[in-house]
Amino acid sequence: MKALKRIYLGLILAFLYIPILVLIIQSFNAGESRAKWEGFSFVWYGKLFNDPNIMHSLWITLSIAVLAALFSTILGTLAAIGIHAMRKRPQSLMLTLNNIPMTMPDIVTGISLMLLFIFTRVERGYVTMLLAHITFDTPYVILSVMPKLKQMNKNTYEAALDLGATPMYALLHVILPEVMPGVITGAMLAFTLSLDDFTISYFTTSPLVQNLSTLIYSQARKGIKPTMNALSALMFVVLLVLLLLVNKRTDEEKS
Amino acid sequence: MTDFQVPSWGYWVMGVGFIVFIALLVAYIHKNRGFKRPFFASPYVLWLIVFTVLPCLLVCYFSFTDPAGNFTLDNFKNFWDSNYNARKAIDPAELDTYLSMGLTLNDLGLARNSINIDTLVFSLWMAFLCTVICLLLGYPAAHIMADRDFKLGPTLVILFIVPMWMNFLLRTIAMMSLLEDNGLINTILEWVGIGRQKLLNNTAAVQVGMIYNFLPFMVFPIYNVLNKMDYKLSEAAMDLGCDKWHTFYKVTLPLSVPGIVSGITMVFMPAVTTFYISRLLGGGKVQLFGDLIEAKFLSTSVTEWNVGSALSLLMMILILASLGLLRKADPKGEGGGIV
Repeated sequence: MKALKRIYLGLILAFLYIPILVLIIQSFNAGESRAKWEGFSFVWYGKLFNDPNIMHSLWITLSIAVLAALFSTILGTLAAIGIHAMRKRPQSLMLTLNNIPMTMPDIVTGISLMLLFIFTRVERGYVTMLLAHITFDTPYVILSVMPKLKQMNKNTYEAALDLGATPMYALLHVILPEVMPGVITGAMLAFTLSLDDFTISYFTTSPLVQNLSTLIYSQARKGIKPTMNALSALMFVVLLVLLLLVNKRTDEEKS
Repeated sequence: MTDFQVPSWGYWVMGVGFIVFIALLVAYIHKNRGFKRPFFASPYVLWLIVFTVLPCLLVCYFSFTDPAGNFTLDNFKNFWDSNYNARKAIDPAELDTYLSMGLTLNDLGLARNSINIDTLVFSLWMAFLCTVICLLLGYPAAHIMADRDFKLGPTLVILFIVPMWMNFLLRTIAMMSLLEDNGLINTILEWVGIGRQKLLNNTAAVQVGMIYNFLPFMVFPIYNVLNKMDYKLSEAAMDLGCDKWHTFYKVTLPLSVPGIVSGITMVFMPAVTTFYISRLLGGGKVQLFGDLIEAKFLSTSVTEWNVGSALSLLMMILILASLGLLRKADPKGEGGGIV
């Protein structure tokens, strides 16, 4: 019975992981065919880094992730501090609103943002994608900073003000150092989510400005090329490492 | 895109809204004689209004208007009958001429077409099937991992958490490359002697892709609840003479309901709204509700965008309703749902 249970669990995990492992292994296949193993090689990775289209998308993806993480961290940290100090009613209203982008399916968030840009006649492209990314990143920053604020002594900020600090000074020198671990986790989470996003980017950008996810999607519709395999494998590994790092941080903060 | 008529008052509303917001802020600061901590949230309040509340309102606005900005319910009528708008657009006199020539509405491509509602029903069915299969596969897995005697459980559960955060698109592509005509499975099938099969571009492939993507969302909440459950309860049941099956049926299962409900919502919602899983694994032959919405917005015809908004609004309502259901069944969030 015990062995049976383990075999079952093993099968489920195999179902979850074999496709990814096969994809990664195939990306090292020297030949173009997926059916035949023609030797280990980095040839597709070489092609990947020499493809101007892919490199352009990589640049877009990374720059958006960095900028979105930066803006959403600032916006989110300030918001968390503000929301934390609010009275009960406005606080719960804010938290509900903050939950909307997280609970709505990505396709609805993406389409509603797209309609906003169409309505305001803003040409979709780099800037609109960045704005969308900040929008879905910020709630997660707030959720990472909030617990740290709850752990803080309530009176230190007031004490700083009583001792003559300006609100800005108290924010930077009293609150911020205490919540810093949460801020860093939030920033990392925002960066990862931004790298990871497909659906919202898909609806808020134009076909001319593509990040890696939307590029992979538009290519995959025509069938998977080996370079796309290599790109997906690479993204898998990078995202996996980032996710494990974020997970480790949140676990440490909890304990 | 330029044909899309934007009411000029739109800019006025936004401008006035911004000024009112600043004025309220100034008044509030003045009333409180100084800067209070809640003000740190004001940039985000503005952001939420512009990028969360306003877009949601816009979905509603576009759902109830035609491209010229007039109020209409046609978009919803079009949901029941996707040729409604086309039939309305045609000149009645012209239509009469065609009809008197012996052509039927069917010949003209204007007959009642229920593709929208059919797609929704099919989508709900696919999501339902996916949820049931995930529950049947996932519950035993969660139960095994939550077993106190199974020391590896807490480590293994991480293997279920990581895919939850992983890009669905990439995972779908991994599945796609596995199922392809010359993918690994077909190579094995040929080697075994069964021969190559068409595994991709059918409903089954989409279903497998959905289960593959969403299974972790079922396992994790159930594991969470089972893990936190007081194991003494089932021990007590055993001591009092319950056999294994009855202990499970009468004690463990009822106590794990919050996890099950949380899992069901977390699988059902993305399964109903997905569009790229069906696009990539169904090859355009399997259309789900998400694909339908996507197609409406890819269309160059602006009327279609209003219809697409109406469909998005219906999806929003569907999601909110199922979330409400979740809150009712699991008010304390014991399932540990990320949603």
